[in-house]
Amino acid sequence: MIKFRNVTKHYPRSGTALADASFHIRKAEFAFLTGPSGAGKTTVLRLVHMETAPTEGEVIISRFSSTRIRRREIPQLRRSVGFVFQDFRLLERFTAAENISFALQVTGANRSAIRSKVMRLLGHVGLASRASAYPAELSGGERQRVAIARALATDPLVLLADEPTGNLDERASLGVFELFKQLNALGTAVILATHDATLLRRHPETRVLELEGGRLVYDSGSDAPRPSHGDSSIFQLVRDGPPMQSGAKEGSAIERGGPAP
Amino acid sequence: MRPFREALLSLVRRPVLAALSVTAIGLSLFILGLFGLTAHNISKALAAVEEKVEIVAYLRDEIDEAQLRLVRSEIGAFPEVESVEYVSKTEALYNASRELAEFSDVFPDVEVNPLPASLEVRLLPGRRDPQTVGTVAARISGYEFIDEVRFGREWVNRIHTLRRIAGGTALIVGGSFALVAMLLVGTTVRMSIHARSTEIAIMENVGATAGFIQRPFLAEGLISGLAGGALALALTFAAYRLLDRAVMAVLWLPDLWIAAGIVGGGVLGMLSAGRSVRRELKGLYAI
Repeated sequence: MIKFRNVTKHYPRSGTALADASFHIRKAEFAFLTGPSGAGKTTVLRLVHMETAPTEGEVIISRFSSTRIRRREIPQLRRSVGFVFQDFRLLERFTAAENISFALQVTGANRSAIRSKVMRLLGHVGLASRASAYPAELSGGERQRVAIARALATDPLVLLADEPTGNLDERASLGVFELFKQLNALGTAVILATHDATLLRRHPETRVLELEGGRLVYDSGSDAPRPSHGDSSIFQLVRDGPPMQSGAKEGSAIERGGPAP
Repeated sequence: MRPFREALLSLVRRPVLAALSVTAIGLSLFILGLFGLTAHNISKALAAVEEKVEIVAYLRDEIDEAQLRLVRSEIGAFPEVESVEYVSKTEALYNASRELAEFSDVFPDVEVNPLPASLEVRLLPGRRDPQTVGTVAARISGYEFIDEVRFGREWVNRIHTLRRIAGGTALIVGGSFALVAMLLVGTTVRMSIHARSTEIAIMENVGATAGFIQRPFLAEGLISGLAGGALALALTFAAYRLLDRAVMAVLWLPDLWIAAGIVGGGVLGMLSAGRSVRRELKGLYAI
């Protein structure tokens, strides 16, 4: 459903953000996108969301291709790709329910349909009782749930999440992650960019795409063997446990990790 | 309907910003309004002077009724001519005695009236420039029974020059004021749109079309522009009343100008809103 074919992205100022990346994410699949800051995770998400076009290669999302999509088709693509940010991006002067209905209005749905869908979505994310709370009155975890409900408003095929647990404490992170898992079980594909090693370690069965310096250095979903130079990777950490035990080299992905740009 | 509902909601939600932008638009258009008032009055004054541009054709004494009628109707049929007025010898004497009061005692005693009868020819508005006046005068002087033609060449020339200077100044000054108004309105609208850039980014993110995002902003620009135009009208009217009462008699603006000013405010608001909002639509125009 999501195909990257030899995708390279150069930015005029910061140089190559992604180099010759190819992978395929199937319908209703769950994939971690991992790697240190500046590895190209956000670039991959932005390419899926078609906020930027690849310099070379092709990005295919469902029936849309980055080489053929027309400007006026972009809104349609966006409706099938939900986006969740680390910093939630809720409108502070709107209640939780209004933040979600704001996203539904763009689809041209009528008011009663919007109201019932908003309540259903809030129920999905476990916030039915907080509908009329303003973001400032919600905890971080609750805010991210509102943001997820908003991303789900247009019934997307895939949810993109850029460090969605980056601003949350461990308990809230777990809760939000579980929510992604549930939504995935209901048939929505999820691409979750993170450098949270704990999260990866807890879910060794989940597909991992690892980026480093703009290169896709590992894809647990492909048959290709793991390259030998990847010994400083998160994957190794996932496999072998924390650096203290495995003796991973200095400057490993985890230690260098910070919030993605 | 939605764009206007959204626009009104947004204006009500941010009353201070809304009031600021309406005031800024209103003040910019008020400058234009004051200029319009000045320009209109100067133009009317010049037109009133220009009204007096006429060609006087003195008739020979031997002209008879039929010939007079013929000359009059022929000159009246010139495309440049508005009216032809006949002033008989007696009328000329009477006018002279009235206008030159110091000689009024002398005139009744004159046995032979020395003043000639004349035709006073007025040209149509817009045809009162020196060249047209000269050509028409020359054409009239070609008639057999016309003795002499006068039209105050110097005077006509001077008025014409004055009018051209006024017109040029109006164009430059008015154009600059309009430009300043446009920039001010643009900046104000851009500010209010920039305050909502997060909202716009979220709309892009969840798949709103460019039109869907833009329309409420266009409506908001239109409403603020029209309100600003109305404010400018009120301020200009106040200034007019003040001038009219305290300084000198001035003329109020023609209805067409007023309508153009208010509609112009609305269009200006809408155009600047369109320009600014398109600038914010980065995500939709990236590809």
